[in-house]
Amino acid sequence: MSKLNSNAPTGDIDKRWEKHLFELSLIAPQNRGKYNIIVIGTGLAGASLCATLGESGYNVQSFCFNDSPRRAHSIAAQGGINASKNYQNDGDSTQRLFYDTMKGGDFRARESNVYRLAQLSGNIIDQAVSQGVPFAREYSGYLANRSFGGAQVSRTFYARGQTGQQLLLGAYSAMSKEVASGKVKHQSRSEMLEIILVDGKARGIVVRDLVSGEISAHTADCVVMCTGGYSNAFYLSTNAKGCNTSATWRAHKKGAFYANPSFTQIHPTCIPPTGENQSKLTLMSESLRNDGRIWAPKNIADCGKDPREIAEEDRDYFLERMYPAFANLVPRDVASRAVKSICDEGRGIGTEIHGEKLGVYLDFSSIIERIGEDKVREKYGNLFDMYERISGENPYQLPMKIYPAPHYTMGGLWVDYNLMTTIDGLFAAGEANYSEHGANRLGASALMQGLADGYFIAPRTVANYLAKNKLEPVGLDHPDVVKAMDDVKDRIDKLMNAPEPKNSPDYYHKKVGRILWAACGMSREKESLKAAIEEIKALQIDFWQHVKVTGVDKDMNQTLERAGRVADFIELGHLMCRDALEREESCGCHARLEYLESDGEAKRDDENFAYVAAWEYSEAGAVLNKEQLDFEFVKPSVRDYT
Amino acid sequence: MNFTLHIWRQKNAQSKGDFHTYQVDDIDSDTSFLEMLDQLNEQLIGKDEDCVVFDYDCREGICGACSLVINGHPHGEKKATTTCQLYMREYANQSELWIEPFRADSFPVIKDVLTNRDAFDRIIQAGGYVSTNTGSAPDANSQLIRKPDADAAFDAATCIGCGACVAVCPNASASLFVSAKIAHLDYLPQGKVQSDTRATNMVRQMELEGFGSCSNHRHCESVCPQEISIANITTMNRLL
Repeated sequence: MSKLNSNAPTGDIDKRWEKHLFELSLIAPQNRGKYNIIVIGTGLAGASLCATLGESGYNVQSFCFNDSPRRAHSIAAQGGINASKNYQNDGDSTQRLFYDTMKGGDFRARESNVYRLAQLSGNIIDQAVSQGVPFAREYSGYLANRSFGGAQVSRTFYARGQTGQQLLLGAYSAMSKEVASGKVKHQSRSEMLEIILVDGKARGIVVRDLVSGEISAHTADCVVMCTGGYSNAFYLSTNAKGCNTSATWRAHKKGAFYANPSFTQIHPTCIPPTGENQSKLTLMSESLRNDGRIWAPKNIADCGKDPREIAEEDRDYFLERMYPAFANLVPRDVASRAVKSICDEGRGIGTEIHGEKLGVYLDFSSIIERIGEDKVREKYGNLFDMYERISGENPYQLPMKIYPAPHYTMGGLWVDYNLMTTIDGLFAAGEANYSEHGANRLGASALMQGLADGYFIAPRTVANYLAKNKLEPVGLDHPDVVKAMDDVKDRIDKLMNAPEPKNSPDYYHKKVGRILWAACGMSREKESLKAAIEEIKALQIDFWQHVKVTGVDKDMNQTLERAGRVADFIELGHLMCRDALEREESCGCHARLEYLESDGEAKRDDENFAYVAAWEYSEAGAVLNKEQLDFEFVKPSVRDYT
Repeated sequence: MNFTLHIWRQKNAQSKGDFHTYQVDDIDSDTSFLEMLDQLNEQLIGKDEDCVVFDYDCREGICGACSLVINGHPHGEKKATTTCQLYMREYANQSELWIEPFRADSFPVIKDVLTNRDAFDRIIQAGGYVSTNTGSAPDANSQLIRKPDADAAFDAATCIGCGACVAVCPNASASLFVSAKIAHLDYLPQGKVQSDTRATNMVRQMELEGFGSCSNHRHCESVCPQEISIANITTMNRLL
């Protein structure tokens, strides 16, 4: 008997959210000030939630590890945000955005949630415009749109290549308004290190002040995690250096199920690594695939040449060749696998690392010829500048070099239709939950989901939870609070005082990253996953025996911060591999070599694997729970982008 | 490549700091400036020493967390570039690099080269928003905005809140930061309604935080990684 109840409404799909809203309990405005809510993480989901809860009259305590909410990694999202406004009159609709998202995710998401997301998408644009988010506009004064992968309509709203920045600053300003009003009490440079449960309900958190090293407990009526994704498990990813899984992992160890942890998005167009000491990879927006053409030399002999000297007939525009209908705009997982297979054939270009050239060209010469350099600069100027700063090459003259890199995690804490985890009173929003993207997220849908959760969904469902539960205040002297504080202190002591300190936290981070990238990256296979699981187990033992943290804990200590996060990545990495091993099919990002069509396409097994894998923590080893996915309104089909 | 680093080390806000000298060798020219500091920190861990603390996060020039004054220049000498986007190929082999925190009374040092820039958050809280509540917005296309206005709003809105403008200003003025937000919202009909009170309140908060006034040195514009224009300061002054 499954322990999972999605709490999704039934009936007509287009009426479900409306019906659910009516059924949710409300709290009258004059009573809202009696409730306290903790929000951890203040990126798009967290800041928009803080703003909305504050406006409504609740008392919010928010925390982030950065020095300001404006630094959250949502800020780095480049290309845009989807909404089914159909402003371009090209046949878009809620139904179509719903279908594209279900199909893009290879039919591994919950229909009710995805439909709700599509319904709310337009409200987000309205909200953002009202806050002064400067989206791109036409000369007519109307909003502009562009196309993104996995869709045949133009539904992506954008602010040059800085859409995430502008939306985050919009949410941050809305939140700042509530900080000024006193409804939101925010603490920056604070890292959540434990969740406090009282009578099985989430009632607070333990936080480390990253400046003083002090540990403190904070209690409330419920807790919402908006703590982002875990791509940094791979060490090299497009995520900010600070992004981590620690908040979600601590919740997992206290009873929140982790769903589909192996569903990680590898973004096709990132700047390839150039050396061993690189600390992160940088994304080049998917929007570039609107006008850039991806190619590799047809002949291995040409791979070392100046690309401008390779004749047109010797270039293989492989996405256009393999997928004529969607061409360079196939979904990310499809594009990434194609790039990998070209490089595996030996046709990669660029710097050779460990005997491999990992890169293909993204070429703008034909669009520059067609519309001129100035027009291209207007559309993509900041991205081209960024590319030039990092690579030292001018993309107006030379094609960009790109290679896939970890970018986003569809997996995350399992949540029901109310965004509540398997711990009562613990909610997860944004990338932190396993969300609506199934086994692959479409471009420009992350901003959409984070803001739908924060502005429109969580505020309603959190209020419903508070209205339905009689909660006694929890004092800081409560034994469960004291115990959680002690556990955190013990763990810090262990990190500071390994028996034989020898290796830095980064040493272990790079190790676990390499294991995961090889075994649980763009392609997965039974034996290598099994081997990876053993390697990670050994690495975990090695870590706790040999990790070396210098400095002291009652002080600002970034080495200690990193050590704690790496410890959690190692444990999560183990679960990612187990999840990948268990799922004996290919779907979306999850390409099991044993289950691929002869042309390399994913071979899904709907009969046996049309479920969300929700892992329950146990000392003896994680236990798999399944939420069966029912498809009433879309018919799972073979994804065909040819 | 090899470098001699003179890095400001300061235990905390109360103590006095000074420069410590370190040698880093065998740095690849494609290494970023912060990755070079990562390598220094790995060396320090090897020697059982406390690492150099510095702010960073996205490492792609957009979050505004990284700072540092390098050889006297906030974010280094390269134009329109944050420290995280500097690469060691910009520097001559064997060169000496002086690395300091952003210096301003309103940005107190927390430790080493890492400072407290909370004052910027408080300035935004004083009025850097449109007082719209969730759910009350009309259709996004119901109000047309001239493209030049939308573009100008965007240009001002790209400020990353790093504080380089303050660090370089002889008066430690935050005028460029403050005016960028005021101008961004003033270009748009949604923000214009509150322009007057916004400008007054944000500038008052800037003064309360101890930032100086603008006396037209224009250094801020030249070091701004986002190339925010000082024309925004004119817009701000007009609204005061």
